Amino acid sequence: MYSEKVMNHFSNPRNAGVIKNADGIGEVGNPVCGDMMAFYIKVKDDMLEDVKYQTFGCVAAIAVSSIVSEMAKGKTLIEAKSITKNVVTDSLDGLPKEKKHCSNLGAEALAKAIKDYEGKKSD
Amino acid sequence: MTSRVEHPAIKSLCERLDKKGYRVTFVPVDRKGVLDIDYLYDSLTDDTAIVSLMWANNETGVIFPIEEISNVVRQKGIAFHTDAVQTVGKIPVDVSQSNIDMLSISGHKIHAPKGVGALYIRKGTPFSPFLIGGHQEKGRRGGTENVVSIIGFGKASELAANHMGESINRVQKLRDKLENELIRRVPNVLINGDRDNRLPNTTSLSFEYVEGESILLMMDELGICASSGSACTSGSLEPSHVLRAMGVPFTAAHGSIRFSLSIYNTEEDIDFIIERLPPIIGHLRKLSPFWQ
Repeated sequence: MYSEKVMNHFSNPRNAGVIKNADGIGEVGNPVCGDMMAFYIKVKDDMLEDVKYQTFGCVAAIAVSSIVSEMAKGKTLIEAKSITKNVVTDSLDGLPKEKKHCSNLGAEALAKAIKDYEGKKSD
Repeated sequence: MTSRVEHPAIKSLCERLDKKGYRVTFVPVDRKGVLDIDYLYDSLTDDTAIVSLMWANNETGVIFPIEEISNVVRQKGIAFHTDAVQTVGKIPVDVSQSNIDMLSISGHKIHAPKGVGALYIRKGTPFSPFLIGGHQEKGRRGGTENVVSIIGFGKASELAANHMGESINRVQKLRDKLENELIRRVPNVLINGDRDNRLPNTTSLSFEYVEGESILLMMDELGICASSGSACTSGSLEPSHVLRAMGVPFTAAHGSIRFSLSIYNTEEDIDFIIERLPPIIGHLRKLSPFWQ
């Protein structure tokens, strides 16, 4: 059902956890549908110095969070914004059809965290 | 009339009948999964055609008082069907001691080959065949009989009857040990269903703040087989309708796991789960935003 890459990220999630005093936080999903993610970012010179997350969800949701954090870490904000759902799916060598919508929230959560940071910065 | 916690085999049929314009009453259950019998009796009317209730719930193992209900339903002249798929082979079932008109059982639940089942019909109960076009089984079910499976089902039934005592005593002890040890070792675990009135082999546990499919896959890697009431395993967005009907919160319903034990499980199996499951829950909770 899941690709080896999904299972690898699920079994050994990278960058899991919380950043205290994060520069931006993005939360998506809700407990009703069974998937919820919170992304935390630390920004320095328009670069994602650190990316962490917390995830409540299925195997796909955890793998998505892990790979998004891995892809985003060290990237500029502009580069990070190009991480979309499709990019995530491809990087994981595909996701089961029914998981593409409900569990693939990582890119959205990351984008929300960046937006949160940019909003705070312009205040 | 049926309940809110039926297996999809009955639930989906009733929902379809409902859509077609039949009046279907779905009787609720309480927080422990116990049927609201007063609601059921109050809802019986002159034009109630049939009552269909599961004898025991497939997710929680909670037993409904089918014999008592069948007596009341019979007095009102209404047909009574029970889905006894979870029950037969686990606890004694005797149709001669009840007023059940129809009873469904399934082979794979008692280690018979998959794909064989039986429908008991009390003599005199009117029915129309589900499959027509053959004289087999006296015209009650058309189609060539799957003889090998039928023989397997017969033998499995015989073995299940012989092992009934063991199922009730030894398997129940193993199930209780599993539950008690997991409750002792893992915080925020809920047992779904009335602990005093369940099948001896079933347990539904909710591990709050984690998701069932994730637990299942990590257990699977260790060779532990279970099932989950989470949305992910059912392919829908909604978690188990049984747990929702019982009012189990979403965060707990998504983290529900069902273990179904059998006479072939050993104490070593249980000890292995007790040892290996708590770290899995700990690991997943560390990832969860709900777990602080």
